Amino acid sequence: MPLPLFWFFALLMLVGGLAVIILRNPVAAALSMVASFVGLAGLFIGLDAYLVGIIQILVYAGAIMVLFLFIIMLLDLKTEQKRAPRAVPVVGGLGIVLAFTIQLIGVLGHVPGRESEPLDLVAAAANQSGGIQDKLKEGRLPDVNLVGDLMFTQYNLPLQIIAVLLLVATVGVVVLSKRQSA
Amino acid sequence: MAGLHSYLLVSGLLFAIGLAGVVLRRNIIVVFMCLELMLSAANLTLIAFSRFNTVDGLPDYHGQMLVFFVITVAAAEVAVGLAIIVALYRARQTIHTEDLTSMRG
Amino acid sequence: MLAWILLFLPLLAAAANQLYLKRNAFIASMVSTASVVASFGIALVLLGQQGATVAPLPWLSLDGGEGLQLTLELDRLSTGMMVIVTGIGMLVHLFSLGYMAEDSAKARYFTGLSFFMFSMTGIVLAGNFIMTFIFWELVGFSSYLLIGHWYQKDSAADAAKKAFIVNRIGDFGFMIGILMLFGITGTFVFDGMKEGLGNFQTANAGFFTENSAAFTVLLGTALLCVFCGAVGKSAQFPLHVWLPDAMEGPTPVSALIHAATMVAAGIYMLFRVQLALDLDFAATFAGDVIAWIGGITALLAALMATQQNDIKRVLAYSTLSQLGYMVMATGLGGGEAGMFHLYTHAWFKALLFLGSGAVIYACHHEQDIWKMGGLLRKMPITGATFIAGTAALIAVPFTSGFFSKEAILHAAHDHKALFWLAVVVAVLTPFYMTRLVIVAFLGKTRTDDAGHAKEVPPVMWVPLAVLGVLAIISGFTWVNGLAPATPAHAGEFHPNALFWISLGALVAGVVPAFLLYRDRDRDPLSIALFRERFYLDAIYDKVVVRGIQNGSAAIVHFFDEFVVNGLIVGGASRLAESFGLLFRRVQSGNLQGYAFTFGIGLILVVYFTTFWK
Repeated sequence: MPLPLFWFFALLMLVGGLAVIILRNPVAAALSMVASFVGLAGLFIGLDAYLVGIIQILVYAGAIMVLFLFIIMLLDLKTEQKRAPRAVPVVGGLGIVLAFTIQLIGVLGHVPGRESEPLDLVAAAANQSGGIQDKLKEGRLPDVNLVGDLMFTQYNLPLQIIAVLLLVATVGVVVLSKRQSA
Repeated sequence: MAGLHSYLLVSGLLFAIGLAGVVLRRNIIVVFMCLELMLSAANLTLIAFSRFNTVDGLPDYHGQMLVFFVITVAAAEVAVGLAIIVALYRARQTIHTEDLTSMRG
Repeated sequence: MLAWILLFLPLLAAAANQLYLKRNAFIASMVSTASVVASFGIALVLLGQQGATVAPLPWLSLDGGEGLQLTLELDRLSTGMMVIVTGIGMLVHLFSLGYMAEDSAKARYFTGLSFFMFSMTGIVLAGNFIMTFIFWELVGFSSYLLIGHWYQKDSAADAAKKAFIVNRIGDFGFMIGILMLFGITGTFVFDGMKEGLGNFQTANAGFFTENSAAFTVLLGTALLCVFCGAVGKSAQFPLHVWLPDAMEGPTPVSALIHAATMVAAGIYMLFRVQLALDLDFAATFAGDVIAWIGGITALLAALMATQQNDIKRVLAYSTLSQLGYMVMATGLGGGEAGMFHLYTHAWFKALLFLGSGAVIYACHHEQDIWKMGGLLRKMPITGATFIAGTAALIAVPFTSGFFSKEAILHAAHDHKALFWLAVVVAVLTPFYMTRLVIVAFLGKTRTDDAGHAKEVPPVMWVPLAVLGVLAIISGFTWVNGLAPATPAHAGEFHPNALFWISLGALVAGVVPAFLLYRDRDRDPLSIALFRERFYLDAIYDKVVVRGIQNGSAAIVHFFDEFVVNGLIVGGASRLAESFGLLFRRVQSGNLQGYAFTFGIGLILVVYFTTFWK
């Protein structure tokens, strides 16, 4: 990914994130978060993770954030009342963030940096078969095919389990949001 | 081309922003959103490492698998969490964390 | 076998009363009385079995050997003493049937009496020092129970406590003395002590020849410690203060315990030690100390008695004074004379106390002699027996007291100072007793209570009559066989110098008292020093009791308040509480607070995993 593009998406993401915690209106915060996720999806795509990027947009920016907005409207939340910010939590929170950032920079300073190697699709084709091999030979990255291949073979059991988790979550949500009749 | 450091820095900053939001904001829905931000920051790290650790010329797809599962679990979590918030709001007519202190010892 | 029955019969009665007959006072009193009558019978039988050996009961065995055994001693001393104890005990039980008839806690009273009989029998028959000590304490305990019989009265409860605590002070020394004697002779058993002493002397002969005084000092110290027990139990100066207060108990109890038997236990025990060690107390410096303490007690108590108005207190001080006589005689090496006086004194002092009990009973519990008067006409039997007892006490010639007091004077005649001190006491005794008789029994009736007095029922005057006869005759040679010990020439009459001194003292006491107190309504003499008992009680109260009590109360309070309450209990609770408060702050219920803590944890994890060396 070209550097200017990276910084564009990165800034989009970070500014969106900052807006989430700065804006008082929850709807605005939710929309900022959508922007942040779009930036994040851009970064994903820049890292050759096309499927994840798309899913980030679809699932997060699409489904989850819609759910958030839906709940915000359902509860009819007004703009957060301006309460006098108390010094201790603000200083504490910022202090933690500061400490974390310092640690982050410290860690990155120690770890040797690495530039991304270009993908060698032709070489990769030797280890693959079928449609994937064909596409790789053509010089295209069959991202979805590769993910699917892995997910339905090696990660089949976790996939089943996560499916059960989703079912449980669905049932749970139904139970939780049922109005309790007297 | 952006290096691994840049991605990690950006991801760390996003995580820090999310953490600050969790600590500072009092609207529980916003706190929840900030949690999502932190999860996403972790996802970004995973994807970055996956891309920078090429295996046979391809990104390490095992990292991406983990991201899928994180997204799935996050979706389930959001659904359940929001349901809880709705129930909470019905019971207490508030979603401000300062008013929700019945766990005070 | 009989001796064991004698020992445990009263215990059996006490146990039966306490366990089954609490609500059945009449049966309880009958059981106690029956047991003491049986005891008296056994005691008389045992009198004829002197010197018999009693099979010991094994008790404590530490190494499979003989260990400690319960042994009984049946010599003239113990059998004679048993007759006194059970005889007076029997009469007191009978008297109590009348005196305590109306009492609401009669069963408890008779339980106490039976328990006392058990304890006293134990002291008398004990064949070793361990048993003596155990029963010594039991006697103190039963005395506590009986003095505090009317515990609803504060004064009675306090007196009981005082008696017990003061006795404990003496008993502490007694225990040390017992252990010292054990260290010297290597045995607790009385029979083996003489041999043990001899062995000790031969084993350390070399040392004792080099340090000639060492043996005397060692033995004397041990004897003095043992004497401490007697000081407490026999109420000698300076631990005499409990006995007058003990008069708060029922009067028959005073007669039995605080006149005739228990207070005599000290003298009995001293004489027992004298016999066991076959030793003249006068041989060591202990003898001098004992004699002087006895003499001082006799003199002080007699002086105090002259100014008391409570009939029982006069008798109590008189008892102190007579006990002082006995102790003095024992200290001077005349233990036989002391025991002989104990024997006669037991009869006539029990008589006087029971007589005073009858008077008090008849006068509706009036104890002030100045509120009586003219009682001889109202209560001829009581009055006559009381005068008989007085005659014995003041040593009118040919009464029992005359013989025994002469024996004591005889024992003291080598020691000039103590001899004349004894003579002074012999003057004071007739003085205060004459005062008592004149004020209470002669003259005119001074109050309504005394005016309404009438003769007591037979169950009360029969014991008085029996004791009255004994008070007169028990000194004569032909009754002497009952005595635990008799000095040479006891009960014989010789008109020698001693007789004239004794007679002179009697006259010197009676005549002034008669002149001074005839037809008086108030005490013409007022000597605050004597009336206030030389201020000894006040000083004790101020210095010892207040000082020790307040001091130890402060220490205990400090310990309780700061150490126990503050540090141990309070410290633990405060520790838990402060930890709780600490964690309570953490459990704020504030979501942000939790997130903040979580953030700190995160940073710490990163720090320790990445930057920690």
